[in-house]
This record gives sequence, structure tokens and C-alpha cells, in this order.
Amino acid sequence: MIELDNVAYSYGGAELFSALNLQLAPGSFHFLTGPSGAGKTTLLKLCYGELIATCGQVRLFGQDARNLDRDGVAETRRRVGVMHQDCQFLDHLSVAENIALPLTVSGQTTHASDLTDLLGWVGLTRQMEQLPPQLSGGERQRAALARAVIMSPEVILADEPTGNVDWEMSQRLLTLLVELNKMGKTVLIATHDISLIRAAKAQVSARVLRLQDRRLQLAGADL
Amino acid sequence: MKAFFTRVFELLAGDAQADRAVPPTGYTARLTLLTSGAMALLAVFALALSLATGRWASELAQTSTLRISAPQGQMDAQTLAALEVLRTTPGVADARALDEDEQRALLAPWFGPDLPVETLPIPQLIEVIADGDGYDTAGLRARLAAEVPGAVLDDHTRWREPLVEAASRLRLLGFVSIVLIAGATGAMITLAANAALAANAQLIRVMRLVGARDIYIARAFVRRFTLRALLGAAIGTLIGTLAVLLLPSADAAGGFLTGLGFQGWHWLWPLTIPILAALVAFVATRQAALRTLQEQS
Repeated sequence: MIELDNVAYSYGGAELFSALNLQLAPGSFHFLTGPSGAGKTTLLKLCYGELIATCGQVRLFGQDARNLDRDGVAETRRRVGVMHQDCQFLDHLSVAENIALPLTVSGQTTHASDLTDLLGWVGLTRQMEQLPPQLSGGERQRAALARAVIMSPEVILADEPTGNVDWEMSQRLLTLLVELNKMGKTVLIATHDISLIRAAKAQVSARVLRLQDRRLQLAGADL
Repeated sequence: MKAFFTRVFELLAGDAQADRAVPPTGYTARLTLLTSGAMALLAVFALALSLATGRWASELAQTSTLRISAPQGQMDAQTLAALEVLRTTPGVADARALDEDEQRALLAPWFGPDLPVETLPIPQLIEVIADGDGYDTAGLRARLAAEVPGAVLDDHTRWREPLVEAASRLRLLGFVSIVLIAGATGAMITLAANAALAANAQLIRVMRLVGARDIYIARAFVRRFTLRALLGAAIGTLIGTLAVLLLPSADAAGGFLTGLGFQGWHWLWPLTIPILAALVAFVATRQAALRTLQEQS
């Protein structure tokens, strides 16, 4: 689905990582961990076409990301649901409208019953008419997850989804992501949260990748 | 053509959800309305000037005067003879003798309004209007010399040509003004659209992240600016047309410069101004939006 082959990325001449290889197979569950500034968010951005690798090849659903035109990138993003670290909502739209935004921009009809079901699944039925600034951290993350999955994407990328929430909410979000994986979705979660990884391994078969010293490697047995 | 009208209809009908996604930006909306309204008002005046000077040039080129100086007892006979000569002259569309009131009006600026024209030995004037091809001036002079010895044909050549030239230049200036007004409108709307796009950079980023194509994002801005320009220009055109309508009529003042209003089907021309403004706004905003989206990626 998403393949990175010998990929490097540099910011202003400074190399962030290099010789990086990764394959996200259909239905797989990956964690991406590593110290701050190691390039986890950059790696996720490469996976949904927001950034182009400095070297190497990134293949998104079989197509070289470098060869995708602007419409091609938009099409790819409809197949990848992304939970951003800062959620990225439009503050003048209600929670329900924000969640339905991927359908809106792709010209698809939003069926009220489907939207209600999705809001119920993430536990935001009561907040559907509220504006994003009125939501708590956990509610924002759950709304971001709902928006990421509304197009029924094949891949879900989550960037620090539990960064601003308490342990109970982390578990709730993890449960939702595991449910999605059991429905056949490919999941990649970038996180610092070691306890979250340990909790997930009790529920799902997950590979843990560590991005450190410019290289990507499988994490040790302690994870 | 059907596809074109379908797209125009889609643009005007809009997409309520897309409109909701892009919030209205107050000052750019007012700027677009005001600019297109003011420019449409100026365009109406430029259009009126162009069309009026076109008429003047045409009228000046086609009119001439026959002056009959004859003893009192022969004046009527020579006038009739001259009218008969003119009636049978190819290229003369119309000829008529000016009555006493009209001759008095012509002399009024110099002699006052109560001039007793009938008691003065002033010549009889005949207004001659040529058709599109005109008449043979030399041939007409020769016939008049033979049949109406007191007639002198003045085809206004001496003073007509500079006036026709001036009228043509004024007409050209009017059209150049319309083009400049369209260009200035486009430039102002481009600036307003750029400001709106810059103010919505975060919104554009989010829409892209969830899979919006550039054309979808651009369309939301283009539709808004096109409709604002259409509305502003419609208001400006209405005010401008009313102002032209309220100009003193040429008949009442009897002068030359008062004939600035539209005549006949020319009143339909101002209707094209809001459409032109909307078209300019559409092209300007579309170009600005697509360029900005390209730069922001």
C-alpha cells in the first residue's frame, strides 16, 4: 500500500534521515516511535504526499509519489485518513461539518444516519453541533479520528493521537484504532507513549519501529 | 455551448456546503462590491460618451446646408425648385426647408429671442441629409447653378472634418476608457481575492489535507467574487443609467453637447456591463486562486 524504498529527507540541507525502508502491508498495525525531532511527523507526511523525499522512492498505492500531480495527491489523501497532532479543524464549522469535510470536498453526499453512527462510535453525538474550540483535548482527538475514517480509507495515519489526553482517553482512542485495524484497515501510529504501545500489543499484533540516529529499525523486545 | 451554460448555472447555483466551508471575509467583500459598482458607473458614462460621439460623427458627416439668397418675390419659388432638385438627386436621403422658428432659434444667440425674422432679408436655409453613400457635390452644385441661381451649397467641409475627427477621437477614448476600467476592475478584484486567499491559508491547508482538489478550493472563492462583482456592477450600472436618463434632453436644450444619452436600442448596451464585470471577476479570481494555490503547495 505504502512503500518507502531507500528514502532520505533533508530540511534546508540538514539530513533528517536516510536509507529508510518501510512497507505498510494491507491490514498491518505499526507503531513509529523515537525521540522528539527524529522525523516521525516528517515520515508520516511522506506517507500521505505532503512532502516529497529528497532521495529514494515513496510509492503510494503503487504510484511513485514524485510523479503524482496535484489532483493525484488529492486522490491519494482520500485513501489515507490522517489524525494530525494538532487536529487541524476549521473553527467556524461545527464538529459534524468538520467530520464530514472529506466527503464534502470530494463531492459525496453525507448521509445523516452514517454521520450519526460515526459520531456515536467515537462518543461525540452530544457535541455534534458544537464548534471545535468548545471541545476538550480528548474530544478533539476523537473528532479527528472520525474525520480520518469517514471516507473509509485503506490506511490510517495517526500523529501523536494521545499526546494531549489522559490515560483513560488514550485507551479509548487505542481501542477505536484497534477496532479499525480488525476491520482490515492499515494503521500507523507515531507516538512517544511507550505505555500505549505496550497496551496495544496486548490487543493486536503490532510492529514497533524506532526512528533514531537517522535510521529506522525494529524496536527491541522490551516493546 | 450546452456544457458552458451548465457550468455557468453550476457556478451561479453554487454548492452550499462548499460555501459554508469558506467563511466570508468582510472587507474583501465590501471592497469588491464597491470597486465593481464604481467601475460600472464609470463604464456607463464611457459607453454613453462613445455611443453619442459615434452618432455625432455620423450626423456631422451626413448633413449639409443649402442657402438661398433671392429677392423676396422669388424666395418661395426658388426654395421649391431647390427642394425638387434635391428630391431627385441620388444620395440625398432627406431635405427640408427650415421654418421661421428654427431660423429664429439659430440667430437667437446673436440677436436675442424676439428677432422679427420675417421682416429681415435673411436667406432661406434648407437642411440636406445624405444617405450612407453621400451625393455628388460637384454634380449637385452644377444642377443648382442651372436651376436655382440663388442657391449656395455648403457641405460644411471646412469645419466638419475637424469635428468629425474630434468626435472619432472621443469615441476611441470612450472605448479605451471601458477597456481600462475593465482592467482596473480585474486588478482590484485580483488584489481582493489574493487578500482573501492569504487570510484563509489555514483553511486551504486543512481542505487540502482532507483531499480537496485545487479547482474545488478555487471554485469556492471564484463563485463568491463573481457574484459580488455582478451585484456591485448591477447597482453601479443602474445608478449610472439613471444619471444618463436624467441628463437634459437634446430637444429641450437644442444644443450639441446635451445629446449624451442613449438612443433606441443603445439603452440595452449598459446591460452588458454587469455581465462583463462578472466575467472579469471570474477570470481574475480564478487566475489568482490557482496561482496562489500553486504557490502555497
